[in-house]
Amino acid sequence: MSDLDALMKALGESGGDQAILANSEIAHLAVSGHKILSMRDVEGLEVEAKEIPQGISAKVTVRAGVKIKNPVHLCFGILHKKGTQKIKMDVKLEKDSSAHFIAHCIFPKAEKVKHIMDAVIDIGENAEMKYSETHYHGLYGGIEVIPKAVVKVGKDGRYLADFTLTTGRVGRLNMDYSVDAGENAVTELTARVFGHADDEIKIKEKVVLSGENSKGLIKTRVALEDDAKAEVTGITEGNAAGSRGHVDCMEIVKDRAVAKAIPIVNVTNALAKVTHEAAIGSVDKRQVETLMAHGLTPEEATDIIVRGVLK
Amino acid sequence: MLEIKNLAYVAGEKGVLDGLSLSIEASEVHALLGTNGTGKSTLAYLIMGCEGYRPGSGDIIFENTVINDLKIHERAGLGITMAWQEPVRFEGISVRDYLTLKTKDADPSPYVEMAGLNPELYLHRMVDKALSGGERKRIELASILALNPKLAILDEPDSGIDMLSTQDIINVITAFKKNGSSVLLITHREEIALMADTASQLCRGKIVCSGSPVNVAEYYKARKCLVCKGEVCAYV
Repeated sequence: MSDLDALMKALGESGGDQAILANSEIAHLAVSGHKILSMRDVEGLEVEAKEIPQGISAKVTVRAGVKIKNPVHLCFGILHKKGTQKIKMDVKLEKDSSAHFIAHCIFPKAEKVKHIMDAVIDIGENAEMKYSETHYHGLYGGIEVIPKAVVKVGKDGRYLADFTLTTGRVGRLNMDYSVDAGENAVTELTARVFGHADDEIKIKEKVVLSGENSKGLIKTRVALEDDAKAEVTGITEGNAAGSRGHVDCMEIVKDRAVAKAIPIVNVTNALAKVTHEAAIGSVDKRQVETLMAHGLTPEEATDIIVRGVLK
Repeated sequence: MLEIKNLAYVAGEKGVLDGLSLSIEASEVHALLGTNGTGKSTLAYLIMGCEGYRPGSGDIIFENTVINDLKIHERAGLGITMAWQEPVRFEGISVRDYLTLKTKDADPSPYVEMAGLNPELYLHRMVDKALSGGERKRIELASILALNPKLAILDEPDSGIDMLSTQDIINVITAFKKNGSSVLLITHREEIALMADTASQLCRGKIVCSGSPVNVAEYYKARKCLVCKGEVCAYV
């Protein structure tokens, strides 16, 4: 089986759609380890990618005024038990453009794997970028994932990012996303992670509301069981008149798991407003009892509640 | 179907229920009246088996079996269910999923309609804080209808009249009757109590009056209660 077939097989097994590769109307970049296996761009989308030691470097540009119709799929994986993968991404959405990127990060056999993502994203005036990142790390927990992104959203721009790691083990996750939002810009960062065994989760997300009337939302949902640990830091700075931000963190803990939430709100303009809420605790008793009154066992009820929170 | 014998329950130092006895027959709608703090919701939690609610003495008997020690889902398995006075909300669970928790392939639309909501507008929505209080209560009633229980405990489905119109509640109770379900209906509203087959008044943890809903409502309004001598049973 070729590396590409193996990567697509792993994508399918982790819930992804293997057919994306064959569709000429869908742009993609498929990388296994430090090898670029397949790449396709579409009109208005330019991808320059090259292999570097232990990974790849890619420059992605969406030209001004272009609305990319279909999501652009990015498949990154290490299919062996050991290895390191570094991904350097430089993404630019020019004025009035839009695109939806879906990243599939697949490490099904990871026993000693390191995945480092370093992204710089520049979203131009009135441009919109959606970024959905889904991880599958297998069942062994032997992986360290370090995703870092620095994002700048221009005037009237929109950046909507969604990070999901809810199937299989997490291993060690150390996420660091930072967004600077310009005038009238909208930013939404959502992260959903389910930790098991001795998984360690660190999430730091920061939104700086630099432009007037900019808006930001940081929403984090973490569920932990066994001996898993999580520390979630949500930072929002309101630095401009009319800017509005909110930090919303919920962590559900079971067994011996330990959770920590650090919402940081910093307002430097009297006309800005930033709010936060954080809730950490076991599954709500009333929720469990309500579902039990519908005939579910306590275990089934807890599973549905946790899955709902992570959905 | 349900028989409660000499039920007593103490919360901390306070006796909440004191030798309470009550029977509900199959397909009977039984209204339970009483002012705030008289033990109506406590009785509901004891019948449902909520955590921390076990009888100090006495028995709860359902279809000839003592269920005092059964857990909530075991009682649900026997056909008992309950709509809480203030239903909780769930992130990430759609109305459709909530109404088909045990029957994935069932069509929940008729139950949503019975509760006065348009299924096309609500089945895809989440049972979360985006629903208003009234919408959430209707969804809860629809979910209880969908379970087709033998005994439905409805804890003040009418609380907050602005949240849920009287006619919608009457429609739901009519639907339970039609399905042959028994209902323990905790209510403060006379017009809703009057559609029950029987009624009881609860005061200071005891049933002080049982009979036809008309008589019990009159008794309640007239403050004839011999337990509190009218001190507690001010008609609300």
